[in-house]
Amino acid sequence: MMTRVLPAGDSAWLIELPERIDPGINARAVAIARAVEHAALPVTDVVVGYRSVMVYVDPLAREADRIQAALEGIAAAPHADAVDAGRDVEVPVCYDEPYGPDIADVAALGGCTPEEAIARHLAGDYRVYVVGFVPGFAYMASVDPRIAAPRRRSPRVQVPAGSVGIAGAQTGVYPASTPGGWNLIGRCPVRPYDPDRADPFLFRAGDRVRFRRISTADYRDATEWGDA
Amino acid sequence: MTLTVVKPGMLTTVQDLGRHGYQGLGVPVSGPMDAYSHRVANAVLGNDPTAAALEVTLLGPELVADGPLVCAIAGAEFDVTVDSALMPSRLPFEVRSGARIRFGPRRRGARATLAVRGGFDLPSTLGSCATHLASRMGPFGGRALRAGDILPVTASVPSPPSLPSHLAYPSLLPTEGARVRVLPAVHRERFSDVAWARLTGERYMVTPQSNRMGYRLDGPVLPFVASADILSEAVAMGTIQVPSSGQPILLMAEAATTGGYATIANVISVDLPIAGQLAPGDWIAFEPCTLEQALSALRARETAFRSSL
Repeated sequence: MMTRVLPAGDSAWLIELPERIDPGINARAVAIARAVEHAALPVTDVVVGYRSVMVYVDPLAREADRIQAALEGIAAAPHADAVDAGRDVEVPVCYDEPYGPDIADVAALGGCTPEEAIARHLAGDYRVYVVGFVPGFAYMASVDPRIAAPRRRSPRVQVPAGSVGIAGAQTGVYPASTPGGWNLIGRCPVRPYDPDRADPFLFRAGDRVRFRRISTADYRDATEWGDA
Repeated sequence: MTLTVVKPGMLTTVQDLGRHGYQGLGVPVSGPMDAYSHRVANAVLGNDPTAAALEVTLLGPELVADGPLVCAIAGAEFDVTVDSALMPSRLPFEVRSGARIRFGPRRRGARATLAVRGGFDLPSTLGSCATHLASRMGPFGGRALRAGDILPVTASVPSPPSLPSHLAYPSLLPTEGARVRVLPAVHRERFSDVAWARLTGERYMVTPQSNRMGYRLDGPVLPFVASADILSEAVAMGTIQVPSSGQPILLMAEAATTGGYATIANVISVDLPIAGQLAPGDWIAFEPCTLEQALSALRARETAFRSSL
């Protein structure tokens, strides 16, 4: 697999893999990121992209000049176990009114009923490719092409926290109330980022995700957003 | 001992040197726009460089001390008074119990650091007290300070360390604009040579649509030879990203961890504090340099800083 190690400014290196959304490429990026984290290097942060790994280093550290060579070594290693890494995460979603205001639009685009659109979203096996944007936001793919509605032309000023959205091939859960342009099809009662939980982060790059449908009553019982 | 906010000023936030180690989970670093001044203010007080301090923006606050404090200010030059007496920059000064610290007219720079000996004693999130406004992370629910907020101060050693000379810590303040050095970014090849020549040859203006997250710049359009959109990947303070409009955005302290726009250049670490002192309406110019020059300038700054301690 074609891999490049490029300086990104004076305190980071980018390991770049082939440019497409592909589970094999992303799995390799995750494996490289784990290997970098376990290497004895003056690394402060490692960020997995769809097809890249950004490695932030302390530019004043004495070993900084051997980082390029070390990263090239890690990037070239086979990482044969890459595909099996990652955890299985099940995410409850309530698709009922009023939690999925855009479900009719998504269904219309796919030439199906709202119930069929929900079934297609539930049928998918998703991979967390990237965690970014805001704490705990997981970019997951790939959505069934028949319901892969593009971003809304005019983004919402305020998307309610917990909203489950679709943007093209991507789906995700908003961990906070932010502006956003994704099509909202449901609501998840669990916080993707909760600083008071033993593990504050629900998702990590490389996780496998399935959505599970819950009723409005179940949502109200389980919600961690204070909107019961 | 506490410091109470009487008037919050335009945008006063608690910052330390940032929340490192969680960018892979979407948690931004945040921290000061001018980390150099943050370190200087802590250094003259004998504090740890990572101690929490206040970042003051354009219009400063008014605070009242409950208990005797020793404070220091660095960064942007304001007329700072304690009970009407003018205080120096980059030198410790005493604030008796009940005294008021007032930020008056601003002379130069955009952001000042106000530190107290011992540092502020505030709860940390993921190992840091840095405020990230956009994700509401940090003390006081991750918001800017308001009138009535009370900042507890960590009890400190009674005898101050020998007072260093403020001349040892040079000021890095721009006047109306600044030249900063850049390295080509990983997506440099997506832009034409005309784009690079414009970016490094013309001045850009920091528009009013600028904040701690980034500076939207106004100036010559940067033409692409490939798509402006990329598959999301990591970005950081100092990254210059370019949406399809061709108008660059310089990401600053509150940068999100990932972005979907091609990046043309990265401001070098040693020049980020100067960029952090710019205000809307100021100009910024980008000068190309090499990685060796960037690192050698950073090492020289660090050596000078440490020899001043």
